[in-house]
Amino acid sequence: MNMKQLFPRGHVMGFIFSMVLTAVALGVVVYDLSFKTGMIVLLVTAFMQAGVQLVMFMHAGESEDKKAIYTNVYYALFIALVTIFGTLLTMIWGYQ
Amino acid sequence: MDYFDRFAVPHSSPMIVGSQIAIAVTVLAILVGVTYFKKWGYLWREWFTTVDHKRIGIMYILAALLMLFRGGADAILMRAQTAIPDNGLLDGQHYNEIFTTHGVVMILFMAMPFIIGLMNIVTPLQIGARDVAFPRLNAVSFWLFFWGAMLFNISFVVGGSPDAGWTAYFPLASVEFSESVGMNYYAIAIQIAGIGTLMTGINFIVTILKMRAPGMTLMKMPMFTWSILITNLIIVFAFPVLTVALALMTMDRLFGTNFFTMANGGSDMLWANLFWIWGHPEVYIVILPAFGIYSEIISTFARRNLYGYKSMVVSMVAISVLSFVVWAHHFFTMGHGAMVNGIFSITTMAIAVPTGIKIFNWLFTLWKGKIEFTVPMLYSLAFIPIFTIGGVTGVMLAMASADYQYHNTMFLVAHFHYVLIPGTVFAVLAGFTYWWPKIFNFQLSERIGKWAFWFIVVGFNVTFFPMFITGLDGQARRMYTYSEATGYGPLNLLSFVGALGLLIGFAFLVYNIYWSTRYAPRNVTSDPWNARSLEWATHSPVPEYNFAIVPEVDSSQAFWDSKNNGPALFKGKYKEIHMPNNSGVPFVLGIIFFVWGFAMVFSMWIFAIISTLGIFACMAHRSFEKDHGHHISVEEIEETEKKLRGANA
Repeated sequence: MNMKQLFPRGHVMGFIFSMVLTAVALGVVVYDLSFKTGMIVLLVTAFMQAGVQLVMFMHAGESEDKKAIYTNVYYALFIALVTIFGTLLTMIWGYQ
Repeated sequence: MDYFDRFAVPHSSPMIVGSQIAIAVTVLAILVGVTYFKKWGYLWREWFTTVDHKRIGIMYILAALLMLFRGGADAILMRAQTAIPDNGLLDGQHYNEIFTTHGVVMILFMAMPFIIGLMNIVTPLQIGARDVAFPRLNAVSFWLFFWGAMLFNISFVVGGSPDAGWTAYFPLASVEFSESVGMNYYAIAIQIAGIGTLMTGINFIVTILKMRAPGMTLMKMPMFTWSILITNLIIVFAFPVLTVALALMTMDRLFGTNFFTMANGGSDMLWANLFWIWGHPEVYIVILPAFGIYSEIISTFARRNLYGYKSMVVSMVAISVLSFVVWAHHFFTMGHGAMVNGIFSITTMAIAVPTGIKIFNWLFTLWKGKIEFTVPMLYSLAFIPIFTIGGVTGVMLAMASADYQYHNTMFLVAHFHYVLIPGTVFAVLAGFTYWWPKIFNFQLSERIGKWAFWFIVVGFNVTFFPMFITGLDGQARRMYTYSEATGYGPLNLLSFVGALGLLIGFAFLVYNIYWSTRYAPRNVTSDPWNARSLEWATHSPVPEYNFAIVPEVDSSQAFWDSKNNGPALFKGKYKEIHMPNNSGVPFVLGIIFFVWGFAMVFSMWIFAIISTLGIFACMAHRSFEKDHGHHISVEEIEETEKKLRGANA
C-alpha cells in the first residue's frame, strides 16, 4: 500500500470540479451577465455538476451494473432533452 | 345543510339518482355480507396486508375487470344514445361526462391495472425470482391505484363527473369553463393512481435487472419479461410529466395560478403539449406488454421458437425511444407551422417500421408451426390482422396534411379502438386465459371461451368498422346527437348492434369464470399448455416462495429445453428461504390518500392538512420500522413440496 492507492484521488478531483463549477455559476450573479448568457452558463454548469455528482460521488461506474446505469442515464438525458427542446419547438419556435 | 350542498351532483337525473341508490345499497350489502360471514379477518390477513406479488396481481386484475364493466357501461350508453338520430336518452352534459369517464376508466383504471396485474403475477416467475425487488412498495402501488380509481369513480354520484374529455384540454378544463368539482376529481384521482404506477415502474425495472435466475442474461429473458422491462422504463420516464402537469392543473383549479389559463402569461396549449408528452408513451405502455403476451402465446401454440428474438428486442427498444418523439401528432391542427408538423409526421410514420418487424416475426413464428387453436391463441391470431388495420389507419392519420380531414372525426375513434382493443384488450384476455391455470390450478372452459371470443371479435368489428365510414363522411367525435338528414343513422345503429355483441361476449367471459370455478376438472398438471418459459416449471397454484430451489437457466426457453432432454433446471438441495412480512400500512396509506384526495377535490383544507400529516406519519413509520422478514424452514418447504406434488404430479 503506497500513498497513491490510499489517496482518494477521485473524490478530491470531484470536490475540486464541483467547487469550480459552483464558482463559475456564481459568476453569473457577480458579473451581472445578460439573461441569455447567464442562462446558458447556468444550464451548462448544472448539467456538468449533475454529471460530476453522479460519477464521482454516487459511484455510477464502479459496480457490475455499470452498463445498465449508464444506458439508463443516456436514455434519461435523451428524453429530457427531447421533452424540453421539443416543447420549445412546438410551443414557441414552430408556432404560427 | 349548506355544508353538504357541495356534494350534490349539479346536473342530476333519474339515472344518477338510481346509481346513487344502487352504489349505497351495494356498499352496504358488501359490508354486511363480509361481517355476516365473518370474513374481515380473512380478507385482512390474506389480501389487504399481503405483499405477495401473485396476490397483488390477482387484486389488480379483479379491480381491472370491475373497471372494464364500469367503462363498458359508459360505452353502451354512448352507443345507445347515438344509435338513432335526435335521441333523447342522454343530454349533452351527460354525454360529455360519459365519454370523459369512459376514456379515463378504460385507459388508466382498466388497461393499466390489467397489464400491471399480469406483470405482477408472471414476471417474477419468468425470471425465477421469489418476489419483486420491493414487495412492500408493490403493495403501496396497488393500494394507491385502487383508492385513486375509487375516488375517480365516486365522482358521478358525489359532486359531479369530469366532463372535459379524457384529454382535459384547457381552457375547457379550467375553473372558468368547468365549474363543478368534476375536473378536480380528474386531476387528483389520476395523480394518486399515477404515483402508484410510477412506483411499479421503478420496482419492476429493479426486479428485472437485479433478480434474474443465475444464467439468465438479458438476452436470455423470455419475451414477455423483455416487454415488461421496456414498458416500465417508459413508465418511469413518462409518468413524471403527467405528475407535473396534473399538479399544475390542480394549482390552476384550486389555488388560482395561471399555468394553463389564457391570461397573465399562461398557455392553454402547454397542457395539451404536456398531456401528450405523457399520453403518447402511455399508448405504448399499454401495448408493449401485449406484444410480449402474444409472443409467449404464439410460440407456445405454434410449437416453435419465437422467430427473430433479437429483432423483437431491438424493435421494442426502438419503439420505446420513438414513443417519446411523436407526441405533437395529437394536435397537428392546433396551429403549428409546416416544419413542426413535418418533423412529427415523419417520426410517427417511423414507428410503423419496428411494429411491422414484430408483425412479420409473429407470422414467421406461425409459419410451418403445428398451430393449436386454443382460446389464447385465437385472440393472438385475431390480433394480427385487426391490429394491422389499426396500424395502417394510424399511418394515414400521421400524414399531417391529411389529418386536417380526419382529425376529431369518428375515423380517429375507429382508429384508436382498432389499435387499443386488439392491442390491449385481446392481449389481456388472452393472457388472462393463458395464465389462469397457473394461478388457480384449473383451466377456463375452452368451449365457453370460444363463444366469448367470437362474440367479442365479431362484435368489435361490427361496432368500430362503421365508424371509419361515418368519420370519413364527417361525423365528429364526442357529438351527442345528430339530425336524420346527415345520414349517419343506419351505420350508428349498426355500431350499437355491435356493442351489444361485445356485451354478450363479455357476459360469456364472466359466465366462463363462474362455470369453470364450479365445474372445471381440477386434475390439470402444472404445465397444461406444454409451454416454454420458467413460470410453468413450478407448481400450480404457485407456493408462497415460487421456487423451492432457484432454477439455473441457459436459454430464453429453459423450461422447454429441460423438458426435451436439456439440462436440469433445479440443482442442489432445499435451503431456508427468506420472505418479506405482510403489512397493513400500504392499505392504510391508500385510504388516507383517498381521504386526502376527497378533501382536496372539495377544498376542505382542514381534512386535507390532517390527511397530509397522516401520509407523512405512514412514511415515517416505515423509516423507523424494523422488519427483517421471516424464514421458511427446510422442513416446511419439504412438506409443501410433497403436498403440491401430490396435487399435480
